[in-house]
Amino acid sequence: MSTQQINNYTVCLLAFCGGFAIMSIELLGGRILAPYFGSGIYVWGSIITVFMAALSVGYLIGGQLSLRSPRLRKYGLFFLAAAVAALPIILFGDGMMDYVFSQVTDPRYGSLLAATLLFVIPTALLGMIAPYSVRLLVENRHESGRVAGLLYFVSTLGSALGTLLTSFYLVLWFEINQILISLCILLVCCFLVTLVMDRRFAD
Amino acid sequence: MRKLSLLLACLCLLLAGAASLFWPGAADAAERVIHKEKSLYRNIVVWEGKKLRCLTFTVKRSRRNQTCIDLKEPNRVALAYVRMMFAALLLNPEPKRMLMIGLGGGTLSTVLGKVYPGLQQDLVEIDPAVVKVAKDYFGFVPTATTKVAALDGRVFTRRAQSKAARYDLIILDAFTGDYIPEHLMTTEFLAQVKNLLTADGVVVANTFLGSALYDHESVTYEQVFGEILNLTLPGSGNRVILASRKPLPDSRTIKQNAKALAVRLEPYAVNLKKFPRRISREVDWDRTKKALTDQYSPANLLRGRDN
Repeated sequence: MSTQQINNYTVCLLAFCGGFAIMSIELLGGRILAPYFGSGIYVWGSIITVFMAALSVGYLIGGQLSLRSPRLRKYGLFFLAAAVAALPIILFGDGMMDYVFSQVTDPRYGSLLAATLLFVIPTALLGMIAPYSVRLLVENRHESGRVAGLLYFVSTLGSALGTLLTSFYLVLWFEINQILISLCILLVCCFLVTLVMDRRFAD
Repeated sequence: MRKLSLLLACLCLLLAGAASLFWPGAADAAERVIHKEKSLYRNIVVWEGKKLRCLTFTVKRSRRNQTCIDLKEPNRVALAYVRMMFAALLLNPEPKRMLMIGLGGGTLSTVLGKVYPGLQQDLVEIDPAVVKVAKDYFGFVPTATTKVAALDGRVFTRRAQSKAARYDLIILDAFTGDYIPEHLMTTEFLAQVKNLLTADGVVVANTFLGSALYDHESVTYEQVFGEILNLTLPGSGNRVILASRKPLPDSRTIKQNAKALAVRLEPYAVNLKKFPRRISREVDWDRTKKALTDQYSPANLLRGRDN
């Protein structure tokens, strides 16, 4: 297997993990907000809105960053940053939601504000992965469509698996914070993989 | 031509099948659906037979009634589980303020309002469509002493806690046959509920029998309230949990309360006198099971599993 091939497989695997993390966190989001804002339809509305908006911004920024000498090492930083940005959900989530609940009386806007504060940054960082992956994989213009398709395929498949595993099994076996910490560890592992690969195949 | 009639016959069969799916009781000519709507949260179906008018939240034939009224004896509380909820009065016979989460057809509120005319009632129902159906079809009439809030139960209790509200009686009945709001079954939620009780306040919860959830749920209540009482009736798939802030009364006091209150509840066909011997203090659940918390509350998944 050529260096390029190994690199490509690695990028696909990492994009898969990124997709997995996004949807797993989104599903847990419903659980995290429910003790404060209930489980009404508007709570899911808030969460989905925030995730979609954050992803869209992430795509834009990721695409822009891919213009400047794209490298696996920089790509890995998105994973590390997302892991760090997800930690406040565990560390300060309750205090923050308590405050928002006391300040915003309408649970619709309360849940929207809380979802924004908790999830916008990690989700946007995770959104940056997809366009940057495409740039790392594309070698010429002719195959750009195929590469983008492949990338959507693996990352969305990761999202599907993240949704299924979290809602069917993980919540039955583990506590929410245990799942969140595991996701952070997964993202840090992704970062470490990029470090190793970048060193090994730098030249 | 033969092909066409065959096709038509198939189509008719299909339509009939579909109709029976969406129209509970369609096979029984005596029962008919008098109201049907899809609200934000559920399917609401009101059906009427010769004797009963019932509210269900599912379109499946194996329906679980949320509430029923007896068309010939409208005062009678028609459903066993609703009658069981009155057992709360055996622990606190003279409630002044009550909170109910999950309105259903409003039967409990209506009857308690008649038995205790001065009773202040806070009624919380997430689905405004259910409140409307309760008024239109089940004789629920909010009075000067009842306040209805269209809110999630957890949002209400959190708010009530910050206002330092207190209730003598808290009724938890937010669980439909098909879905349990998982954030209303955790130690954190029950701790909030406990905080909202007066010194001799009592909480009564309608829950399920016979799934893996039973152990987890019992452990959860036990962790928050200490000792709990279970009321079950033969033939009913429900278990009613009774808990209180202070130590639970002994069997004699419960029997005495039943005797004293029985006459007042007789017009509603609630036979309080048969409850004391059906109330159990026995720990018949596995105490090693994990309590449900805001961190761990897969109530719906657990309910699908055998005990």
